[in-house]
Amino acid sequence: MITSALIYSALELGFIYSFVALALFLSYKILNIADLTTDGTFTLGCAVSAVVALSGHPVLALPAAMIAGAAAGTVTATLQTRLGVPSILAGIITNTALYTVNLAVMGFSSNVNLLQTKTVFTMARDLLGSSLPSKLILSALLSVLFCLLMILFLRTRLGLSIHATGDNPDMVRASSINTSVTITVGLAMANSLTALSGALLAQYQRTADINLGTGMVVIGLASLIIGQSVLGTRSPARLVLGALAGSILYRFVIAIALRLDLPAECLKLISALIVGVTIGLPAIRNGIRLQKRKKEAHHADTP
Amino acid sequence: MLTLRNISVTFSPGTVNARKALENVDLTLKKGDFVTVIGSNGAGKSTLMNVIAGNFLPDHGTILLDGKDVTFQPDYRRSRDIGRMFQDPLKGTAPHMTIEENLSLAFLRSGKKGSPFSMIRKKDRDFFREELSRLNLGLEDRMNQPVGLLSGGQRQALTLLMATLVPPKLLLLDEHTAALDPATAEQVLALTRQIVSRNHTTCLMITHHIPTALSMGNRTLMMDRGHILLDLEGPQRDAQTSESLLALFKEKTSQALASDRVLFGTI
Repeated sequence: MITSALIYSALELGFIYSFVALALFLSYKILNIADLTTDGTFTLGCAVSAVVALSGHPVLALPAAMIAGAAAGTVTATLQTRLGVPSILAGIITNTALYTVNLAVMGFSSNVNLLQTKTVFTMARDLLGSSLPSKLILSALLSVLFCLLMILFLRTRLGLSIHATGDNPDMVRASSINTSVTITVGLAMANSLTALSGALLAQYQRTADINLGTGMVVIGLASLIIGQSVLGTRSPARLVLGALAGSILYRFVIAIALRLDLPAECLKLISALIVGVTIGLPAIRNGIRLQKRKKEAHHADTP
Repeated sequence: MLTLRNISVTFSPGTVNARKALENVDLTLKKGDFVTVIGSNGAGKSTLMNVIAGNFLPDHGTILLDGKDVTFQPDYRRSRDIGRMFQDPLKGTAPHMTIEENLSLAFLRSGKKGSPFSMIRKKDRDFFREELSRLNLGLEDRMNQPVGLLSGGQRQALTLLMATLVPPKLLLLDEHTAALDPATAEQVLALTRQIVSRNHTTCLMITHHIPTALSMGNRTLMMDRGHILLDLEGPQRDAQTSESLLALFKEKTSQALASDRVLFGTI
């Protein structure tokens, strides 16, 4: 029932989507901002990548998508740091604007296909030969490389400053760090990673679609949470590797669900449930514990 | 070293609630001065600190730090030269980051090498360990633990170390022991004395405790309603006791302090 093709595609998608989990690790875990630009940025990455690849530059398409993503992140960050827009709303505003931008990038068409186009994956196959799993090797290499870069980055002055901005802004302001700059850099980096994920996916699936990014923020968070429960939260390095592991596990869950003939339309609901329940779990657990204590205390009073 | 010229700060200006927190204050600190500041609540002590640190822009007047006009410099720019500690032990450290990460940040941000991608080296880590062991709190063996696990006193001691790891030109201490129990407060004050004298740091310290104000530092300011009423130094200061200082203060304000008891309470 579980074929090797299924395993390969789950792994490949897991590595490709791991950039979204990595992006949300940076914005949500490190900077403590729920960045709702993510959905739009993912599609932006797809669109830019598809258009640039179509023009014959599939490799250039990846940095181009990352720059576009960073620009989107900068807009969200500017809205919240310079113009005082609450962070959630700032993300929603940029996300809404991106819908039009994404359509424009794709020439006001809702999808672009790359069926006959050279992509980074066909290039990898040409380079490595078709006997090796070239798609998997390429996506795994990129993903692991960016995870390592992220772990290193968090130890630099800028990385530590961004981390502290999410942890204790009062302290950061009193220690010669401009929080507007750290938030902007953090969101720009996170969105460039999200866009890279979209860029790779567009070339992998050989199509870009205006709706590809819908629900991406929840999928990324679900991966992050799954990773956390596997590898724990003890250090940033564990969280980064957890994001990668979670993303792969998530794809396996999806692959198995599809294999069990669960309609594809249900997947978003399942992702939402995973995120909602897991984030809410500590509160639920505390509530149950409190009720238990109350009951015990009540019993003790009335023998 | 630090010069304030004719500084005024008004809260809610132009409304019925307008209140002058500082009124035409002039103050000059010499290099190496350790100044204690006392005064009842609302005297303008914290506002003075906030103006020096750059959290508030004064209505008028100028602030010079080492001869350079910093009046309009934003707080984060100024804090390269000014270290600061607050009353709340939670304000000075990042709770989910480890002791080592907190120290790394404090060390790298004031580093002269300046690259945003600079990292801690092994010899820096050894330096942290050595400095932590001077605190005598056993923190040198807990460098990989998150700061959130430390007690208030330990966090405040760590904040003090972070603020002075690379000695700042000026250290502002805003009642930094007020939230601690008496024994811990005494310990943190001893550390303060030790660190400030070792680096000859110019220091401005707010306290609500008159005996501390007289026993620490070389100069004492007494503030009331936005003015510096008394500025004692040298033999004039040495001759004071808590009682005589309070009497002097009453004479100056010609009215009883509403919060005598606060001033005489233990730390």
